[in-house]
Amino acid sequence: MGIIEYIQLVFSDYTLRTITLGTAVLGAVTGMLGSFAVLRKQSLLGDAISHAALPGIALAFLFTGAKDSNVLLIGALISGLIGAFWIRGITTKTHLKADTALGLILSLFFGFGILLLTFIQKRPDANQAGLDKYLFGQAATLVESDVWLMAFVAGLCVLVLLFFWKEFKILLFDKDYAQTLGFNTKFIDALITSFIVLAIVLGLQTVGVILMSAMLLAPAAAARQWTNSLGVMVFLAAIFGASAGVFGTAISATQNNLSTGPVIVLVASVFVLFSFVFSPSRGLLFKRIRLIRNRNDLELQKTLTFMYHIVQDHEDISHPHAIKILNNFRGYSRKGLKKLIDKNYVKVEGEMWSLTEEGFLRASNLYNQNEKDD
Amino acid sequence: MGRIAVKVDDLTVAYNYKPVIWDIDLQIPEGVLMAVVGPNGAGKSTLIKAILGILKPIAGSVTIFGKPYKSQRKHVAYVPQKGSVDWDFPTTAFDVVLMGTYGDLGWIKRPGLKEKKRALEALEKVGMLSFKNRQISQLSGGQQQRVFLARALVQNASIYFMDEPFQGVDATTEVTIINILKELRKAGKTVVVVHHDLQTVPEYFDWVTFLNVKKIATGPVKDIFNDDNLTKTYGINYKVSVQK
Repeated sequence: MGIIEYIQLVFSDYTLRTITLGTAVLGAVTGMLGSFAVLRKQSLLGDAISHAALPGIALAFLFTGAKDSNVLLIGALISGLIGAFWIRGITTKTHLKADTALGLILSLFFGFGILLLTFIQKRPDANQAGLDKYLFGQAATLVESDVWLMAFVAGLCVLVLLFFWKEFKILLFDKDYAQTLGFNTKFIDALITSFIVLAIVLGLQTVGVILMSAMLLAPAAAARQWTNSLGVMVFLAAIFGASAGVFGTAISATQNNLSTGPVIVLVASVFVLFSFVFSPSRGLLFKRIRLIRNRNDLELQKTLTFMYHIVQDHEDISHPHAIKILNNFRGYSRKGLKKLIDKNYVKVEGEMWSLTEEGFLRASNLYNQNEKDD
Repeated sequence: MGRIAVKVDDLTVAYNYKPVIWDIDLQIPEGVLMAVVGPNGAGKSTLIKAILGILKPIAGSVTIFGKPYKSQRKHVAYVPQKGSVDWDFPTTAFDVVLMGTYGDLGWIKRPGLKEKKRALEALEKVGMLSFKNRQISQLSGGQQQRVFLARALVQNASIYFMDEPFQGVDATTEVTIINILKELRKAGKTVVVVHHDLQTVPEYFDWVTFLNVKKIATGPVKDIFNDDNLTKTYGINYKVSVQK
């Protein structure tokens, strides 16, 4: 299927349109909120919360017998919130570090959730099938009302972000200081955590408890590479998240119906990889290039300085010297000399070189200029 | 001596069972530039955090100009330890200093032109105006410290609490900071500084508190900064003779 054909299909096919919209909105919300999780060094919180949601889904099913996704999601929300606040409780009230608390809650809740799932499956009840879709997610089960719910949460999330932007920022950067300014940091903290839980729960049906945390982290980690501004980071993370949703759905729909959740996560991971390598300021590639370029520049400057010291001993700066002398200098290379000639700092005639007026001036200013740049 | 700026009564703070500071009584007169000195783990930072309400004390009370801290928040500014935040946070020097205006603004309201002007003035005061758009991770340790100081200056408070502002800074920054502190004192402000370098205490400060879980002594540097108190505080025979 060609791209144009596919795009036409997205607009004409109800199911595909619903899934595409759903995954896009979901990606945007989780990207935005994921930025906060990443900056608070709580990358694993999402993982713990999504796993903690599983027993809630199972219990909601056991109590109500309903398979309506909204009922199950409320169950997930409640148990996800309990998990999240237990983690906070453990870290503040005991000696345990955050990673220990996260691991503890994650495995405890997930284990309990799996236990309940197997219990449900063993019941002589035809209705149980399909609960395990929450493990890996099943985007194909998204219906229009799910997308509306996601859109509502996304809108609410944007509103809250705009309202409490300054409070979120100061809490993330310097919590103690925020408290001395009179902000109720516990409230802001709870607000962020609640929204993160909400976003995760919304994604369970699509991406599943196991991979959900990647939706939170990957767009944010990718976005961080491209900017040094919190606002831009949150915006970019939303874009990356939404794109991962759209592209992931497209790939999954066109390639033999590969499972959508994992494909979305893989697309998001490709964004991360690309950003780590190619971001202009923080990316590995440009860092490497800058390093080499700086080193070459420095070597060139050093060569020029070396020449300058030789020339200084003569009254006439255009007095020619043998190129052989330059071999005494470690940083010297033919290529470097050629660059200096190109810059019109040095003239070469035969096997002799001399500094030009410009080169002499440049060399005498080098030291001062380095100081100025600092 | 005028009013009492900060009054601490019977303050005790403990993490788990072991008290970090024990039964501290302390009065800080208005207008002094005071050093809090003591060995590592003496509870210097804890004392400041407890005064500022960041840590909940087990017992004791704190008043600022005779009233509870909560009602006097706007009179108090805080410079935390530089190492307490993540300097790779995506923000600029200017933005960090602007945070000093958030307290006046209160909830939801965004900083406007007036606040931005104040932030720029504070940056200029600490000699960091030309770095205002720098990502904070690209500042040197001393520059980061100056940004923190500027953020507190923006608050335009009467009392400043600073947690080791001289830690790991170069000579230029140290001079800049101490000059600003002395200016603050001249303007009648009260400045409390957790300090490590005993040699500079007599030169920089006029008031000192010796702390080692308990309060050892507090008073004018010229009266109490002596070998006796240093020995009591640090537990070893101290021979930093005070240069008069």
